[in-house]
Amino acid sequence: MESKVKMHTRDLDFFYGDFQALYNISIKFIENQVTALIGPSGCGKSTYLRCLNRMNDLIPGIWVKGEAMLDQKDIYDPSIDVVTLRRRVGMVFQKPNPFPKSIFENIAYGLKVNGVKDRGKITQRVEKSLKQAAIWDEVKDRLNESALSLSGGQQQRLCIARALAVEPDVLLMDEPASALDPIATQKIEELIKTLSSRLTIIIVTHNMQQAARVSDRTAFFYMGKLIEINDTDTLFTKPGLKQTEDYITGRFG
Amino acid sequence: MKRQHIDKGVQSGFLLVALFSITALSLIMVFLFMEGLPILEHVNIKEFIFGKYWYPTDDPADFGILALIAGSVCVTLLSGLMAIPLGIMTAVYLAEIASPRVAEIVKPIVELMASLPSVVIGFFGMVVVAPFIQKLFNIPVGLNMFNASLMLAFMSIPTICSLSEDAIFSVPRALKEASFALGATHFETIVKVIIPASLSGICTAVILGLSRALGETMVVLMAAGGAAMMPTSIFDPVRPLPASIAAEMAEAPFRSEHYHALFAIGIVLFVFTFIFNLIADYISYKFRQVGEASL
Amino acid sequence: MKKHRLWAQKVFFLSFKTAACLNGAALLLILYFMVSRGWRAISWDFLTQSPKDSMTAGGILPCIVGTTSLCLMTLMVALPIGVCSAVYLNEYARQGTLVRIIRLGINNLAGVPSIVFGLFGLAFFCIVLKMGVSIAAGGLTLGIMTLPVIIGASEEALKAVPNTYREASFAMGATKWQTIKKVVLPAAFPGIITGSILGLSRAAGETAPIMYTGAVFFTPDLPGSILDEVMALPYHIYVLATAGTNIEATRHLQYGTALVLILLVFGMNLAAIILRSKMRKKLRI
Repeated sequence: MESKVKMHTRDLDFFYGDFQALYNISIKFIENQVTALIGPSGCGKSTYLRCLNRMNDLIPGIWVKGEAMLDQKDIYDPSIDVVTLRRRVGMVFQKPNPFPKSIFENIAYGLKVNGVKDRGKITQRVEKSLKQAAIWDEVKDRLNESALSLSGGQQQRLCIARALAVEPDVLLMDEPASALDPIATQKIEELIKTLSSRLTIIIVTHNMQQAARVSDRTAFFYMGKLIEINDTDTLFTKPGLKQTEDYITGRFG
Repeated sequence: MKRQHIDKGVQSGFLLVALFSITALSLIMVFLFMEGLPILEHVNIKEFIFGKYWYPTDDPADFGILALIAGSVCVTLLSGLMAIPLGIMTAVYLAEIASPRVAEIVKPIVELMASLPSVVIGFFGMVVVAPFIQKLFNIPVGLNMFNASLMLAFMSIPTICSLSEDAIFSVPRALKEASFALGATHFETIVKVIIPASLSGICTAVILGLSRALGETMVVLMAAGGAAMMPTSIFDPVRPLPASIAAEMAEAPFRSEHYHALFAIGIVLFVFTFIFNLIADYISYKFRQVGEASL
Repeated sequence: MKKHRLWAQKVFFLSFKTAACLNGAALLLILYFMVSRGWRAISWDFLTQSPKDSMTAGGILPCIVGTTSLCLMTLMVALPIGVCSAVYLNEYARQGTLVRIIRLGINNLAGVPSIVFGLFGLAFFCIVLKMGVSIAAGGLTLGIMTLPVIIGASEEALKAVPNTYREASFAMGATKWQTIKKVVLPAAFPGIITGSILGLSRAAGETAPIMYTGAVFFTPDLPGSILDEVMALPYHIYVLATAGTNIEATRHLQYGTALVLILLVFGMNLAAIILRSKMRKKLRI
């Protein structure tokens, strides 16, 4: 199968002031595949994810060394516009964080800030995004109600719809189901699988079963280093390193 | 790229507006000095600050503000004597002793105290308190230093109380629990652990409270009696600095000696409160709590 | 030994409680006098007529209108500048010398005595900018005085906006300004309004800053433009109580005016407190 590298980093280091949080991370993300980042808390997987859309820029005193490319363009190059980058690399957060606006306005927000003014087009895209996120049937009669009136699981799917509305190439998901109940989690996982047919998805999770269920490839992080990366099936059945095996079989520590 | 350019422009705009406060402060200083310094053509600084006689409308006029400074210092200190213990004790009560339900009721009361207009408090001192203390202490006038201090205390208590309460509230729980775990009573914990730990915040509160009393105008204008004499007892009428400015500005001809002298009093007042604020700022900056280890 | 310690605690706690009660008692005492002696003076005519017979009779309508217009002017000055300053400090600025200087400016501005604001307003707005004694000059003076309160309240409101809102907005490719305009400010709006009302209620009760910049002894006409002089409630109380034609005979008018001012200020505070508790409840859900 022809596989194109959508995004990659090579020897990426990351510092909070004097503290180095990431060491030499090199990963290739294949287009239209789901890559899961796993590892114990504090291992740097979330920090790494937030390097990929430069969300860490918001924290004062950080710096990045090494190469991070999207479609063969360095995303840390001074000529790169970080706003456009973030439109192309969308993000879904750990806790559902809809704006205190109506359901419709939440989805339309991204379109409006990116300059879409045509009312008809907005309406159409809102519907499309909500359908893609498999929440359309639940909210289509209450688009003008506050997004905060939805349940947690619905809110998270709304946030996914919101991220999809601006048609990103890559979707970063930072433990998107960790605050949800099992049924809502299942729905999110099904959604991730469907979306991966046209999106490159990178998902951070602490739940190994989830990684095994949804991802094509899995990367294992420990103490700011990338320990091992492989096809998910291979990594979980025949891990290359003892450390990885200990972690995925729960003998860690 | 267009909206990113807008973004840069907007940021500069916000910075420009944010500089307004410091600009205003500088302008205040510039104008005070511009209108106040010309008085030094008539008297030197020493005569102005240490001169005992304030007869601005006599011919030749006397521009000595020592009696006014003494008036200000005395009312401020006397009000502090009342307001500091009361303010801090109320703060301790609210933060440590009162049940949350009681605190819910008392806090708005303190806020309402702070919102009472100063002219109303001055008026109250004038029409209710003055006759009362006149009778009680059997003195010739009820409008005096004691009356003004009492009213000023009422005005500075909310400042002292709410800032102290914030300081006490931010003492880490761990410190308090450690003290309890050693067998100290609640009172001992308050006196030996909580108050020392929040001392810098309480100091800031006291300084800002006193600064407010020093700069308050209407209360001292209406309740202090207005005599520009060195006070010899707490029942003497006094004329603090802000009261002189407020009372005499109306009759001082534009850019006359008297006018400049009043602006010069403004400088003195400004410098006093400015120093108070710098000290408060320094204390809260230097001793801000960093982690639970620092006391 | 132990008994002695607990006794000490009881005694001291009681004294703390007494201190707290003393404050409440003082407030109640003042309110009692103002209400019991002032309520009789308040009538429909008192609120809707101009003073008559050298201010020994009649109402206080010009004062109410004057104080209201001064407040509006204050709001127009302090709200935009205050909110923008807070946005800069909270959303854009990174810790450094410039921010420290700006904060020092704000803190010191908050500590400037009210009469000094009055002197400044007189020298700058009334004379240099040739506004004369007017709503504009008085409102600008009060506006600068209120600025630190509004900046403080706005910053607090901005800090209360969850960071995830900002991140979510950035993640969709919104610029910082779009994020602030469309997400952060709307979420902080109720808090900003609450703080502004509190700041404004203080400006409404101030006398010293407007004595020589905005308010006059007596003017029978209602203001027609912002360059007109006005009467104001707090200044009216001061004038009647200290320099009126017949101080003793107008006592009831003084109490009445004071009561109206208190009701106005407390009303604004009450509105702010209710708004705030409503907001807190809303945030909890």
